[in-house]
Amino acid sequence: MSDQRTRDETGTDETGRNGGRTTRRRLMQAAGAGSALGLAGCLGGDESTPTATEGDGNDDGGGGGQSDDGGSNVGDGTLTLATTTSTYDTGLLDVVNTAFQNTFGITIETISQGTGAAIRTGRDGDADVILVHARGPEDQFIRDGAGVNRRDVMFNDFVIVGPPDDPAGINGMGSATDAFATIAEEEATFLSRGDDSGTNTKELNIWAEAGIDPSGSWYQETGQGMGDTLVQANQAGGYTLADRGTYLATQDNIDLVIHVQGPLQDGPAILQNPYGVIPVNPAVHDNVNYQAAMAYVGFLTSPQGQSIIGDYTANGSQLFFPNALAEEPDFAQYVPQDYGGSSAAREQARFQHWVDQVVPDDY
Amino acid sequence: MPFVFTPIPLQLSDFSVEYLVSIVIVTLQVSLTAVALATVAGVALAVVVGFTEFPGKRLVESIINTGMGFPSVVVGLVVLIMLSNSGPLGDLQLLFTPEAMIVSQFILALPVVASVSLSAIESVDDSLADAAFAAGGTGRDVQVAVLREARYGITTAILAGFGRAISEVGSVLIVGGNIALNTPTGERVSFTRTLTTAITLEARKGEIETGIVLGVVLVALALSVNALGNVLRERGEH
Repeated sequence: MSDQRTRDETGTDETGRNGGRTTRRRLMQAAGAGSALGLAGCLGGDESTPTATEGDGNDDGGGGGQSDDGGSNVGDGTLTLATTTSTYDTGLLDVVNTAFQNTFGITIETISQGTGAAIRTGRDGDADVILVHARGPEDQFIRDGAGVNRRDVMFNDFVIVGPPDDPAGINGMGSATDAFATIAEEEATFLSRGDDSGTNTKELNIWAEAGIDPSGSWYQETGQGMGDTLVQANQAGGYTLADRGTYLATQDNIDLVIHVQGPLQDGPAILQNPYGVIPVNPAVHDNVNYQAAMAYVGFLTSPQGQSIIGDYTANGSQLFFPNALAEEPDFAQYVPQDYGGSSAAREQARFQHWVDQVVPDDY
Repeated sequence: MPFVFTPIPLQLSDFSVEYLVSIVIVTLQVSLTAVALATVAGVALAVVVGFTEFPGKRLVESIINTGMGFPSVVVGLVVLIMLSNSGPLGDLQLLFTPEAMIVSQFILALPVVASVSLSAIESVDDSLADAAFAAGGTGRDVQVAVLREARYGITTAILAGFGRAISEVGSVLIVGGNIALNTPTGERVSFTRTLTTAITLEARKGEIETGIVLGVVLVALALSVNALGNVLRERGEH
């Protein structure tokens, strides 16, 4: 949102003392490429940076100099990000946003909600940019003109988790729909988020795909976040659908194990979990900080932003796989999936391409 | 086995002492400001309703009393709609700021302060007012005498309002956004994260123990404020 709050405690501390030399150097590089890409993403009016055409970030010249004074003037200095609990609770955004702030001198205010709530916040003009993971609602957001300039950012996958003794016997199934059908048949306890989040949307898609309308006392809506739901499933000895990132980050606190893998480990493609970033349309809400939002998109999709995402681990596992950088064009990321000939099948093929490309074979 | 306090959760990577302190500061700033405002408005309201007779007085009292039980999440939603960029007060740019949280806690604490103050004022024995009047006091003197007598009840009202404000989570989560900022070194610093919303976050992550430690801090805070209130109340007696 666009008010003029200034917060010295985040803006003027000396940077990089804890981070050591390598971090500092990376930040300098990030500054170069981040601001260059930000400018390329139509920040027309900003000053300086003649290096706007070089997006590779290997220059630690002009662009890097901007970061230390924190004085680069993109919009009004505060960026409100509405995002999902999975990006926030895993700690990824602490790392990514800190690097962004140190590069641009823009303070990020992160509101972590379910995808549905985050999209609503963006739709109301109460956030400047959204980072979410449910392509259907994202497409509707774009189609309604509420958001512009969508980009793919990263992905991981969903996994079906449940108690170690696996009462429904779904362990190792290669099909998510079969696993769901078996759970329904056995009437094994299944916990649904029931909160219109990206994970909830995916879960409902799978039920629909399996041709089942889940009902009965075995199917329980928690109405809570992913972490809450995992904790609850752990207590109740039930199954649930979880994004791999939150599951890995919460693993220490629960006994649940993965019974059906997602596409990162040869599971079914339906369990793919791609994240997109969409600035709120400044033509609809004239008080959003669109320049900062585009700078954020630029940073997330820059080589530096992507490498920060790729380097982030929790409990020894990589949580998110960057997929914004590609030499060949990928128009499907900018428009609704069924727009102008692109299709869901194409999107799935595309996702598989990224899995083959960036997920290590031994992951 | 002797009880030994080991601050294990404070050693968690994302939970520094600075972060905790910033959460406590935000919590106190928001709740104390909200209750201060609610005290001014609530006591004024109680005085007006308590010292005057007008048609519909019972109805007003009922509304105030009902307000005490108003669900905080509904208050949060209403304040959200009002302060949203798509709402009537969007131009103020208050949503997701501590000010927005003060607004919602003010709305929650106001009926508590007003209602308890009102009953304190009304329960002052009529003979006191009569005596003050008989001693030649004006209407104003009578009111001052009654307020003096009711001051313990009013202190209780303020403390009850504070308890309502500092312990609620529904509205501040909605209108504050539970935001923590990142410092240049990646540390978290609370912006609109209070103890209650921080507990929600920890519970969501399955960090139950950390959540409980935060709960203990919250109870300790509430206890200190109440103890302070009691000291003031007792001092007033001498």
